[in-house]
Amino acid sequence: MALLEVNTIHTYYGAIHALKGISIQVEQGEIVTLIGANGAGKSTTLNTICGILHPHQGSILLDGEPIHGLRPHEIVARGVAQAPEGRRVFGRLNVIENLEMGAFARKDKAGIRRDMERVFTLFPRLKERAKQVAGTLSGGEQQMLAIGRALMASPRLLLLDEPSMGLAPILVEAIFDTIREINAQGTTILLVEQNALMALSVANRGYVLETGNIVLHDSASALQKNEMVRKAYLGEE
Amino acid sequence: MRAQSRTPWSNTVRTGLLGGVAALLLSLVGLIEASAQRAIITGVLSMGHTLLLLIYVWAAQQAVRRLAADGERQPSRLETLTHGALAGLLISAVLAALVLLGQVINLRAVFINASPALFDLLTLKLGTWLGGGVLLVVGVVLGLLVASLSFIPSQFRKPLVLGLAAIPVVSVLASALFAIRGLSLLGALILLVLVAAASYLWDLKKGAVRERMNNLTPTGQRTTRWLRWLLPAVIVLLLPLLGKYPSEVLDNVGLYILMGLGLNIVVGFAGLLDLGYVAFFALGAYTMGVLTSPEIQWAGARLTFWEALPFSVLVATISGILLGIPVLGMRGDYLAIVTLGFGEIIRLVALSDWLKPYIGGSNGITRIPKAVVGPIELATPQTLYYLIILGCLVVAFVTIRVKDSRLGRAWMAVREDEDVAQAMGIDLVRTKLLAFATGAAFSGLSGAIFASKLTSIYPHSFHLLVSINVLCLIIVGGMGSIPGVIVGSLALVGLPELLREFSEYRLMMYGAALVFMMLNRPEGLMPEARRKLELHEAEGGAGE
Repeated sequence: MALLEVNTIHTYYGAIHALKGISIQVEQGEIVTLIGANGAGKSTTLNTICGILHPHQGSILLDGEPIHGLRPHEIVARGVAQAPEGRRVFGRLNVIENLEMGAFARKDKAGIRRDMERVFTLFPRLKERAKQVAGTLSGGEQQMLAIGRALMASPRLLLLDEPSMGLAPILVEAIFDTIREINAQGTTILLVEQNALMALSVANRGYVLETGNIVLHDSASALQKNEMVRKAYLGEE
Repeated sequence: MRAQSRTPWSNTVRTGLLGGVAALLLSLVGLIEASAQRAIITGVLSMGHTLLLLIYVWAAQQAVRRLAADGERQPSRLETLTHGALAGLLISAVLAALVLLGQVINLRAVFINASPALFDLLTLKLGTWLGGGVLLVVGVVLGLLVASLSFIPSQFRKPLVLGLAAIPVVSVLASALFAIRGLSLLGALILLVLVAAASYLWDLKKGAVRERMNNLTPTGQRTTRWLRWLLPAVIVLLLPLLGKYPSEVLDNVGLYILMGLGLNIVVGFAGLLDLGYVAFFALGAYTMGVLTSPEIQWAGARLTFWEALPFSVLVATISGILLGIPVLGMRGDYLAIVTLGFGEIIRLVALSDWLKPYIGGSNGITRIPKAVVGPIELATPQTLYYLIILGCLVVAFVTIRVKDSRLGRAWMAVREDEDVAQAMGIDLVRTKLLAFATGAAFSGLSGAIFASKLTSIYPHSFHLLVSINVLCLIIVGGMGSIPGVIVGSLALVGLPELLREFSEYRLMMYGAALVFMMLNRPEGLMPEARRKLELHEAEGGAGE
């Protein structure tokens, strides 16, 4: 049984039909990526999984149990955490307070402390800035904090929305290295990216989204070789 | 910085003219004339003149400070004096022009306050020409005096300024609280010397005192810490000894503190802009009225104040939740508009003929009994004061405890970013409804005490303006800060009561205070630490 199973969901933004029957499967331990252009519905898919948006049709199963009717905080409690697009750290709180906020749904103090250490090991920069107000961190540090904050929920499934957005290439490399490491430690990851090249280099499998539909689905290595993907998303003629 | 593109001269001219316009405005709205009735120093200085004086001081000081801050080199004494004098002269020039114009054409056709009495005030009763000339000279002299303050070494300057400032403050307080008409000249001089001496000595001995404190034994330190709490507490408890009228003022301040602490949770903690907050105050008051007044038969209950109090709070709390449900999905401006409507609906329903048989319509509810504690009926403002203080203590305690709790952190997260808060596992519905409910409960408590204080309630007591007042006092005091609510209430509710000449200008003063605060101190008088941090970081240009 797949960890996450999204079955032909349709989601609307008001009158706009944003997702037109999308199906995704994520197996335990995988990195799966959703790639596609701006407005293809990548973030909408993640927000629907999180419960911030609700599908009109279709079902979302976590470990075989439906979660599409649940409210966001209930889904977090079941082990799905998101690092949202544009980072959106709590600008007035310091790094530690941001991380504590990520563990809001949990009550096991010892586990929270352990996960805080884990985040600081993954991102030593955050430890250096532990008391700094998040709004004054650099873009890369904020992205680390956003990922760290999501990890503080101790998720089984980590949803990452555009972690490379607005970052210098060298920082993108570093972030993706960490993503690999987080996955190696046992967290399943669903990664949404515009930077298809980077995304496919870390992922096991990938889905290509176009205007609310999945147009392609294959292993990451196959997608990297695919003519259409190379032309449309990898910038090759 | 902006100021650097201007020469010091144009800065001073601008400041002087700005001061002139302010003086002109205060004169033409009638504030100067109205406040001339009150003496600051009997026979020497009226409050009207004091207000003008303050404008001179502000403008000259601003001109001198800018000069020192903007120039590449230290300005010479002559330059400093010239700039101060110029600022003073410009203010006088604007006022003199007003006086002259008043002789030529009849300004009163448009500005009814441009009266001969005002001109006499401005010209010190010396006639148009002589008086106008004197006005100009006085302006220059004031400017020179203020400018020369900057030559005095700072260890003397601070005591002097404090001593001077103490004169109007003490005089206004004294004449408002006791039937004294201003200080005598001798009294003012004594006050000046005393305050200045005290301030000077304190500065001199401050270090020694601190050191002595630090060298105390741990028990001694604990005692001093206790004293630091005990002293204000004793003062607060003794305040009703000032008499009936000051107690009355303090009671009003206390009721606004109750409401302020409640709205502070909704707006300051959870970031939900609620403009209909008065509705819960009204519901608390009406519940008290309905349950306790002998006029109301249908409810079938004639409870005492204490029996009805829980119901007042409960009704307000439930209505807080009921209002919360439909507005859960709304943010910012939309939320403000809906809650604004809700507040008006409650008032209009209370006023309507539809409910007149039950809650009195425009006749309101009267004969609401006073609260009784043991053998004492809390009938006087002095006794009621203690009930209100008790209420404030309870509410402040709850607020402090809740602020650092899980719920407090959830509110903070919702205020910062609703979507992310949700994604962190915060139950948005529960968190928001709890904010509305807690805020409403505090307001209901305030309303219940209000009803029993006045013994009668009418729909017009629950005007939109009450909501606005509470919001203003939170903003002026400092969003999300508990001491801020207290300071805000004292400043916006207490102060206008002490200066009754100003009652007509109360809203103008509110507006001016808000504009001033937003420009110069957007974090409020007593800001919450986090907010202060944020605003000042933004100034430094760091962050995004």
